[in-house]
Amino acid sequence: MRFMRKIGFKLIVAAGFTAIVIIGVFSYFNIRSHSKGLLAEVERHANQLSETVKYSTRYDMLLNQRDRISLVIRNIGEQPSIDRIRVMNKSGEIMYSSRDNDIGKMLDKNAESCYACHAADQPLQKLSIPERTRVYRMNEDSSRLMGIINPIYNERSCWEAACHEHAREQTVLGVLDVTMSLEDADRQIKQGELEMVIFAICAFLVISIMLWVFVRKWVVVPVRDLVKATHEVASGNLSYTIKEAEADELGQLARSFNAMTHKLSDARLQLFQSDKMASLGRLAAGVAHEINNPLTGVLTYSSFLLKRTAHQPELQKDLAVIVRETLRSREIVKSLLDFARQSVPKKNESDIHDVIERALTVVDNQITLNHVRLEKDFDTSNPNITIDANQIQQVVINLLVNGADAIGPKGGVIRIATSRVTLSPKGTMQIKRAVCPKRHNLISNDNKIGGLPTIHFIAKHASGELNFHMYPIYGHPKSPDRDLSTVMCPQCRTSLMADDHICPQCGGPTFHFEVPGLGMVESCTRKACNFQKWESVDSAGPREFVEIRIDDSGCGIPQEDLPRIFEPFYTTKGQQGTGLGLAVIWGIVDNHDGTITVSSEVQKGTSFTIRLPVKL
Amino acid sequence: MKHSKNRPVKDILIIDDEDVILQAVKRVAEGYSIDEATDAESALQLVESTSYRLILCDIMMPRMDGFAFLDEFRRRHITIPVIMTTGYSTVENAVQSLTRGAIDFLAKPFTTDELLAVIARGLRCSAMQHKLLTSMANELIYVACPPKFFRLGIGSWVSMEADGTALVGATDYFMKTIDVVTQICLSPESEELHQGNPCAYLESEDHLIHSVLCPLSGKILRSNINLKTEISLIEKDPFFKGWFYRIIPSHVDYEMPNLISCSSDRV
Repeated sequence: MRFMRKIGFKLIVAAGFTAIVIIGVFSYFNIRSHSKGLLAEVERHANQLSETVKYSTRYDMLLNQRDRISLVIRNIGEQPSIDRIRVMNKSGEIMYSSRDNDIGKMLDKNAESCYACHAADQPLQKLSIPERTRVYRMNEDSSRLMGIINPIYNERSCWEAACHEHAREQTVLGVLDVTMSLEDADRQIKQGELEMVIFAICAFLVISIMLWVFVRKWVVVPVRDLVKATHEVASGNLSYTIKEAEADELGQLARSFNAMTHKLSDARLQLFQSDKMASLGRLAAGVAHEINNPLTGVLTYSSFLLKRTAHQPELQKDLAVIVRETLRSREIVKSLLDFARQSVPKKNESDIHDVIERALTVVDNQITLNHVRLEKDFDTSNPNITIDANQIQQVVINLLVNGADAIGPKGGVIRIATSRVTLSPKGTMQIKRAVCPKRHNLISNDNKIGGLPTIHFIAKHASGELNFHMYPIYGHPKSPDRDLSTVMCPQCRTSLMADDHICPQCGGPTFHFEVPGLGMVESCTRKACNFQKWESVDSAGPREFVEIRIDDSGCGIPQEDLPRIFEPFYTTKGQQGTGLGLAVIWGIVDNHDGTITVSSEVQKGTSFTIRLPVKL
Repeated sequence: MKHSKNRPVKDILIIDDEDVILQAVKRVAEGYSIDEATDAESALQLVESTSYRLILCDIMMPRMDGFAFLDEFRRRHITIPVIMTTGYSTVENAVQSLTRGAIDFLAKPFTTDELLAVIARGLRCSAMQHKLLTSMANELIYVACPPKFFRLGIGSWVSMEADGTALVGATDYFMKTIDVVTQICLSPESEELHQGNPCAYLESEDHLIHSVLCPLSGKILRSNINLKTEISLIEKDPFFKGWFYRIIPSHVDYEMPNLISCSSDRV
């Protein structure tokens, strides 16, 4: 039963069960006290009646007028709620009764009306009211009856009466027994029980329905949305967001979830882009290689002919064109290679605001043409950062031009702001270079994890050797899949073990390698231990970044296009763009160890955020 | 290298998987005796049976690539000078070639003059090596680069100065392969140089242009103006007065591993 496993059903069952228990207990005590009250009322009434009979016949008793006594008893006994009234003498003979056929019958001590006093050897002479009362049934089918006995005590007027019926020594002369029918009370009790059951059922149904409605609104729907969102994200749709989150904890969870997927999609974009650029690099390498070989044929033969035909000026001119154009082709291929490799930036310490201002003067014309109002919000406390000023200027120019293009001739606003942010190196810093003590490169571009080049080692373990590729994000090493005994450089097989160190987390042996210029990184050899320590980066503390944010009020980029905008050759400008602008920007920022992210809303504008590390 | 007397001697062995390259080189270098091979394995067989003075080898080849070929050469203690060439002409490939023992690097596509200059230097290099093996021990064939200097391949040197700058120049070995320099063309000051890219052009008496590959990246602080008036300084005192540039190195940490310490040359 699938629905029985659902959280809504479980909550309803739990709440419903609690309601049933509470209502049940309440009803039980309510009915009990109700029936007790009813019986007490009947008892009081019976007792009163019994006293009434006793006193109204007293005078006739003294006068020994038996017919009158019989008449009174019969008359009273005809009332509907009274079953019968009897008067027994001391020997158990029924002297008077509301029912004629009872008169003269003998009752023994075990009869229900005698038992109260005659249970013990010596008959009791005094009884309290509850002891004088008894509830019983004549047979299985008849309704309940309540009998109350009232002893008739000997009094002076009794033994002095003219009839001399009673001796002076006698204490109890007989018993007046009034039996009331409980049919009416029983019916009321039944009625009460039925009402209670109906109330309980109704309450249970109402509680269940209300719970179902609220649980559905506050729990089932948000949880279902969350589950749907996790499925979407799991299947790769990172742009999925949960809408209409409430202000409660589940709403918070939904908002956190949205923030997480957003971050995740940014991260994936960066990784994806790394991979894209690497692919483009490989493509360019292949193209360059393939084109350069035939070009070699053209260039050598044509330059050879040019040399050999020095005495033929008419040929010289044509051949010179071939040589010149081939040399031009050579330069084009070379620049394609350079682009793909995103040549190493030439970094100097610069003030980012100078760079931005210079970029602004370059694009001033275009911005004015498009009636763009420029807002600047610079945090002048930003420190100088080590950047290739020309490359970063190119980044800012490209983003500003893109913004102005997005705004179009109708005019709008571009806001450019700088600020300082601090991020922890663990989990964010990528190890981009690694060498063994003999300075062999350990970075492997052939084996990537999540699009990033890994750090490659050869490692010995209990039953042989393996290639160990480590994830290059500091603090998140992919731990080896078995315990390693020795980790070595794959080229020179120099041991990288840190002999005098043990892992502070698991006590296992550790190994280390050098990041040129940034000290040693130590890592654990044990499987399932992800200890990693990068002294110089840790001691430098959280890394500071200068953040440049460029917002425009332009046409925006559709959500589905966002993941692709940093791809090479992806353009929305049709014939106007090459599709390389943002790819180049991405490559430049990546080469500065920085990150670039984008957010956009159609018809509202686009926002690019660049973060560049203050210290490299 | 086995020196058997009955082995035929040839000038050049060219190894490339592209036929057009083989044909072009043969056509341009028509004055030389040339053998060709389309892969590294058959080249290694040819080297066993024939004595070559120079080898021109492509880097990107199927199965065994040019670097593996160089390593194999070193393993077999073969001393024939090798010039590497490739269509994937990145700085990394150039630097790798020189670090692994090639005497020069020629980027494709090349012109006739570029090829001829490289071949001319290579053959002189070969001749010097031959002399080195056959001459008396104390005969000076070339001046070795001074200790504490670093060199990129055999062609250029760099010397780290105490003030953080570096001096750059061409080695005596390189100059000896050029013979007589008639003209030098240096890059202007404040220009950026890149390791493995040409940083100076020397014209020799035979009108060939020879490019010197820069040993270290950096910004040019000053170039040696004395060379303009007295070009023979390069040949007379290549390691001191014949320097080319004083540069501010930009990526010492990354690039030093590519250089060879001249101290190790003397062991």
